Amino acid sequence: MPKGVTVNVCMGTGGIAGGADEVLAAFREELSRNSVEGRVLEKCAVHQVGCRGFCARDVLVDITIDDERTTYQYIRPDMVKRLVSEHIIGGEPVADWMVSDEYHRFHDLQKKIVLADCGTIDPEDIEAYIDAGGYRAITEVLESRTPAEVIDEVRRSGLRGRGGAGFPTGQKWELCAANEADRRYIICNADEGDPGAFMDRSVIEGNPHSVIEGMLIGAYAVGSDSGYVYIRAEYPLAVDRLRLALDQARAKGFLGPDILNSGFSFDIKIKLGAGAFVCGEETALIASIEGERGMPRAKPPYPADKGLWGKPTIINNVETWANLPPIINNGADWYAGIGSEKSKGTKVFALTGKIRNTGLIEVPMGISLRDIIFDIGGGIEGGRLLKAVQTGGPSGGCIPQQHIDLAMDYDNLLAVGSMMGSGGMVVLDESDCMVNIARFFLEFTQAESCGKCTPCRLGTKRLLEILTRITEGEGRKGDIELLEDLAGDVRDTSLCGLGMSAPNPVLSTIRYFRHEYEAHIHDKHCPAKVCRKLLTFFIREDLCVGCGMCRKACPTGAADGKPKAPHHIDTSSCVKCGACYDVCKFKAVLKE
Amino acid sequence: MISLTIDGREVSVFEGTSVLEAARILEIDIPTLCHDPRLKPFGGCRLCIVEIRGMARPVTACTTPAIGGMVVTTTSERLYRLRRTIIELLLSDHPNDCMVCARAGDCTLQEQAYFYKLRLNRFTGEMRDHDRVDANPFIKREMNKCILCGLCVRVCDEVQGVNAIDFAFRGFNARVTPPFEKDLDCEFCGQCVAVCPTGALTGKVWAGEARQKDVKMTDTVCSYCGCGCNITLHTVRDRVVRITSRPDTHNRGWLCAKGRFGYEFINHPDRLKTPLIRRKKGGNLEPAAWEDAFDLIAGQFTRIKEESGPDALGGLASARCTNEENYVFQKFFRAVIGTNNIDHCARY
Amino acid sequence: MEAAFSGKLETVYRRYVDEDGNAISILQDIQAEFGYIPEEAINSIARMTGIAPSMFFGIVTFYTQFHTRPRGANIITACCGTVCHVKGAQRIISRIHDELRLKEDQDTTRDKLFTLEKVNCIGACSIAPVVVVNQKVHGRMSPEKMARELKKCRERTDA
Ligand SMILES: Cc1cc2nc3c(=O)[nH]c(=O)nc-3n(C[C@H](O)[C@H](O)[C@H](O)COP(=O)(O)O)c2cc1C
Ligand code: FES
Repeated sequence: MPKGVTVNVCMGTGGIAGGADEVLAAFREELSRNSVEGRVLEKCAVHQVGCRGFCARDVLVDITIDDERTTYQYIRPDMVKRLVSEHIIGGEPVADWMVSDEYHRFHDLQKKIVLADCGTIDPEDIEAYIDAGGYRAITEVLESRTPAEVIDEVRRSGLRGRGGAGFPTGQKWELCAANEADRRYIICNADEGDPGAFMDRSVIEGNPHSVIEGMLIGAYAVGSDSGYVYIRAEYPLAVDRLRLALDQARAKGFLGPDILNSGFSFDIKIKLGAGAFVCGEETALIASIEGERGMPRAKPPYPADKGLWGKPTIINNVETWANLPPIINNGADWYAGIGSEKSKGTKVFALTGKIRNTGLIEVPMGISLRDIIFDIGGGIEGGRLLKAVQTGGPSGGCIPQQHIDLAMDYDNLLAVGSMMGSGGMVVLDESDCMVNIARFFLEFTQAESCGKCTPCRLGTKRLLEILTRITEGEGRKGDIELLEDLAGDVRDTSLCGLGMSAPNPVLSTIRYFRHEYEAHIHDKHCPAKVCRKLLTFFIREDLCVGCGMCRKACPTGAADGKPKAPHHIDTSSCVKCGACYDVCKFKAVLKE
Repeated sequence: MISLTIDGREVSVFEGTSVLEAARILEIDIPTLCHDPRLKPFGGCRLCIVEIRGMARPVTACTTPAIGGMVVTTTSERLYRLRRTIIELLLSDHPNDCMVCARAGDCTLQEQAYFYKLRLNRFTGEMRDHDRVDANPFIKREMNKCILCGLCVRVCDEVQGVNAIDFAFRGFNARVTPPFEKDLDCEFCGQCVAVCPTGALTGKVWAGEARQKDVKMTDTVCSYCGCGCNITLHTVRDRVVRITSRPDTHNRGWLCAKGRFGYEFINHPDRLKTPLIRRKKGGNLEPAAWEDAFDLIAGQFTRIKEESGPDALGGLASARCTNEENYVFQKFFRAVIGTNNIDHCARY
Repeated sequence: MEAAFSGKLETVYRRYVDEDGNAISILQDIQAEFGYIPEEAINSIARMTGIAPSMFFGIVTFYTQFHTRPRGANIITACCGTVCHVKGAQRIISRIHDELRLKEDQDTTRDKLFTLEKVNCIGACSIAPVVVVNQKVHGRMSPEKMARELKKCRERTDA
């Protein structure tokens, strides 16, 4: 009979959506039933752990017997019985369900600093974090370092903000600390509004204490006694885990008055976002914490000088905060040794889109896109061709396939017209229309514009209207130039980062895919066959079996035919909704 | 004091002065739509952008504090182009109906469109449909003309402290509205009307009245109460058609509902134009000639004064008389009758 | 009813009376209490807090989380984030519209059984397209799977 048995079930949002809570319950039940029968020793722990990144293979389960870890993928509750009887009791791992080589390849090129403990420790248990070396950094800082030394360490590490703009963190702290003030605030920006990004959520779900410890270090360094975590209400699991973590940290004396008898006091409150992307922008976020509409305020003055309630305030991103304990533990030189010349350390990306291994990855700065997509990501889904990679969400741009060897860091991304953003990375293949992608992002920014400043409120609206008419075949000569002009003016005149960066998707797609725009405008043709209004639908008679699905799905009666005989589509009454294309099981409906 | 250079000219200002204020000291004109020196800066319209050496992007002069040694440029080809785009964008969502707008000729947006020679618009598209009629008695709200400068919201909050309106919704749908988009229900001070740069907020009482042609402006003092707010009467021939107040006076241009909107009595048909005399005890007041009235007053007042002394008489004046009339009235009581028994409906 | 209503508001107000800047938290609690933000609630809470109703209304209409009308018994939240978009969220949404007979600008069915919401990315992109049905995240959705889910909801609500 084995001695120590641990079962770790991946319980991030992705895992839970895949049924992880049922799997967890099944393990608990199966094990308790078996231990009653005395066949498994009592020392058998079932843990929930945070996301380890490979969400495409959820539910992932680790079974560790006497330090021998086996990872299983695609586990459903009905598979638990066999895992328990064959592996845990029988000692024979179930080879059929084990992760493939791809799982290892997914992890090989990664370098985990922020995510090091995500997926191995129980995020709902502070002891697990402490056992893994947690709260060591803040203990050391409080015992033996001055605030100035801490700031210096952070400055020398070269850490830059992970929330998007990449401002050097140490410098920001220095500015804040230099202000005379009776009070200073620390804010953790966990608003993560970029569509296609879930790094911050995973960090908080997987290792909330690392963020808390980071904030403690920052608070000590700039002399703050009060902090906020501004987190999206759309992340209920992360909020619950964070709340629990704060309670546990308070109970252990890591938060509250006179922490570890050092005389330093600090506590953290949670503020829930209420659904506005612009509240990720720091001044809007401050307005929101103050209980107002999240409308950005003019900078200067910067938050480090006049922030929350008019006091000097440090705002950093979740991932930025989570980088701090490792920096203190291992030293600035260690950290500065990782990454590229001007971008140090690692970056967490949410790798999604048309890629085989979607998920959360952490890679050293400066890694090439090729490595990310073809090694870690396992290449393009369905064997299609890579077209572009969209980084930085609605504020970023598309990096075309010819820049695949680009070393990913802040400055290189800016140079090719995109940006790091918070770390969303959406892979696009030949079946994606770049005009449509630009239109999609503008639709997003237009809807999220707060409406305070003219260029963003009306400029994004007009950009969207022009893009929409292009995708609908109404594009006019001169529209590309008009887009370029307006996009440039909106970028140069907007009040906050939202409006300044909203034109990026337009400008970068025009820069690299001008021919697609031209095809839409001049030839009324969508090369990727995405823009419906520019397509004609027809049925290949040799493939059609006359099942009648298209006839039933067609809203206008354009798709018609006798049962069991080939159907056809009347182009004059077709409204190009694509319903026939979607329902045809024989791929007989084609679009051109 | 710090000094900075604007368009090649040096200026010294106090710390905390904005670049816009500094430029205005030099009488350099930077266009603005959302700025009012009496209110906190907002930075929304973006028209006041200027270039500052060492900064990559243009910044708004109204919100940027002046810093010693700053080098500012307020006009350049690039700034011209950017400002022009901003106005063009505003006009792309603005009803093109200056012909029937109360503010034509006195509208900051129209003025800027004229300066930047905007005739055609490159950005035609969806326009807001905020033409709901507000049934309140004083303020006409045509919100499709609103450019969201936020001056009305700020004046209602910072000056009047009423917060009757605020921004609601967001992005293209953002609008200024009372709660739940109901009719305006407030003090009707009309401060918002006074600061609105376009025709979005106007007075219902002066709708359809002359705008500039034949209008004579007369600076005077409001007689409604003891505050003595400065007002400017807009008159056409012998009719008052509107009242405004200049911002450079002690009341800084702020008025109350009475001072701003309560002038209709002047030309009201019910207004008394002849004296009335009650000839019989219990009888009706009847119109009379001025001579008869004066005779009666002089006779009775003299009698009472002789019989019972001047303090047996008292005079009540009215806020609806002119200041001159009120002055003469009190003079008459003090100097001629010899009493201080004089009062006025707007005495504190 | 009346007393219960103001009692609930009173409780919410007490929770935040000690601190400034809690208008959003107050509204979040009101919504948790009533399922939406009733107009009378804003008027009453405005009186208690001294914050103008216009400011509350501004906040309510700014943040997508708040609703000024009662919502359906089943809440369907369709993700419209980038990844869900490229993986066909629009087709699922139009199927939901068809199934529930919702018009373009409608979000709650007339029988108040369903409310359809759209959200920008719930951060489960690896299993896109994603739809949240009554707070449960469903990944790798298709129009057909969606129709089946809606049917299940209907049956459960009828039962
Ligand atoms: C429109 C907009 C949205 C933003 N959203 C986020 C966000 O969701 N999370 C975040 O950390 N930073 C976001 N930022 C960046 C923040 O303004 C700010 O730069 C950041 O939180 C600073 O932290 P850092 O120095 O650690 O990056 C956003 C900025 C803009 C302009
Ligand atoms: S006047 Fe400065 S932004 Fe409007």
